[in-house]
Amino acid sequence: MTFWVAFLGITKRELLRFFQQRARLLSALVRPLLWLVVFAAGFRAALGIAIIEPYDTYITYDVYIVPGLAGIIMLFNGMQSSLSMVYDREMGSMKVMLMSPLPRPFLLIARLMAGAIISVLQVYAFLLIAWLLDIEMTAVGYISAVPAIFLAALMLGALGLFLSSFIKQLENFAGVMNFVVFPMFFLSSALYPLWKMRESSEVLYWISEYNPFTHAVELVRFALYEQMNAEAAVVTLMTAVVFSALAIWGYDPKKGMFRRQGKGAG
Amino acid sequence: MSTEFAIVMKEIGFGYHRKPVLQSLSLNLKKGRYYALLGPNGAGKSTLFALLCQLLRPQAGTISIVGVDAAKTPRQALAKTGVVFQQSTLDLDLTVEQNLGYHAALHGMGALQTRTAITRELSRLDVADKRKVKVRALNGGHRRRVEIARALLHDPEVLLLDEATVGLDIPTRQQINQDLRELCRQKALTVLSSTHLIDDIQPQDHLIVLHKGTVQLDMPCADAVSPYSYQGLSELYQQLTLKEEVAA
Repeated sequence: MTFWVAFLGITKRELLRFFQQRARLLSALVRPLLWLVVFAAGFRAALGIAIIEPYDTYITYDVYIVPGLAGIIMLFNGMQSSLSMVYDREMGSMKVMLMSPLPRPFLLIARLMAGAIISVLQVYAFLLIAWLLDIEMTAVGYISAVPAIFLAALMLGALGLFLSSFIKQLENFAGVMNFVVFPMFFLSSALYPLWKMRESSEVLYWISEYNPFTHAVELVRFALYEQMNAEAAVVTLMTAVVFSALAIWGYDPKKGMFRRQGKGAG
Repeated sequence: MSTEFAIVMKEIGFGYHRKPVLQSLSLNLKKGRYYALLGPNGAGKSTLFALLCQLLRPQAGTISIVGVDAAKTPRQALAKTGVVFQQSTLDLDLTVEQNLGYHAALHGMGALQTRTAITRELSRLDVADKRKVKVRALNGGHRRRVEIARALLHDPEVLLLDEATVGLDIPTRQQINQDLRELCRQKALTVLSSTHLIDDIQPQDHLIVLHKGTVQLDMPCADAVSPYSYQGLSELYQQLTLKEEVAA
């Protein structure tokens, strides 16, 4: 009961903060919509997508990139969440959470899940707009994608949480965007199927193949078409577990962030 | 021993990157008393607070909070501790009630218990009318009061205040200082309040002076000033903390 109360409290705070920051929702939606409306429109003519799983017919490029763009929403939200952890730590409000008498791993996982719930809301807002632009899935597809989107969001949130435990200052965050977010996005199946990538570079293909973000995107892609991609699910789940464990280690007072910060002002 | 003391620190040692910050520090804080922790910047006050809040673990020695060993059962020790950090830790875009509700949830308090505790503590700190106000709209004094109310929400036995009156104007500081002593009496709460402002300290307080990671003085303030025949606390403090610099 105590744990449930705490989980609800953490989720409520994240939701309140999210709805207070309307610009955050707007920017989370504008980015993928630009890709969908502008980028995809340009590439629609240039690229034809052959019949690949899970699609059972030829599809247009804008249909192909919808799961990838859902992925980038989750990726950015994971990073945003991580950014707010660094901000919270600099502002001190992270201490409020860590002063709770509940186990620290539970608190961090609860925070992670709260962030993932926000990602799910953002993705569905995006899918709604995509639906208005005639990129439709079945009703069952929308429902069956919920756990997949949640799991993918959890994995990307865990990555953010892990990074946040090692980033000392907000200023260092730009480096994370350049060295983590963009390579992760471009070296994945989000924007183009990997067989296309293989035609131009075998090395890049294999990097993309092992990129956990590829698996997160494929998990969502298959789920949106009412199919289960077991391999993607396992990889996404395992990656989420590994990054969460590393983040919990990073926030351990014996080893983690406050120690490395070397704070001893007074 | 566990019945008499709220905080017992034995031979605490801590350092960052091989640079010692606290060395063989031992303190026994009695229940229901107000302790003023005085020390210049870099004395180790914030590190001491981080250790008591378990944001850091001591590299040597033990800490017990109300008879609970902080290393063995850290969560139990935290449940007995309320903290006001030096830097405001309130969410500016949330209301006072939402901020306090979040803290209560983190302590596993149910809805009814939370509502009652929020009403009780906001009234005690005289900010009941700010309940629905966003923190951003509050002045510095009110924000501090809200933070103290939040720290008391789960009914702790120990209250840690890390330079809680810093940045406030003199009348607000005086009022908060007075209210804190009253709180200490009312609730039989043990308060450890760090400061580098001498006028934050009152004659009835117990005074601890920390300098370069060691305890220079640990006695009731009234006793500390008279036997040494200093003009006042300010002179005593300067003697304890500046003598080496002056000699150098």
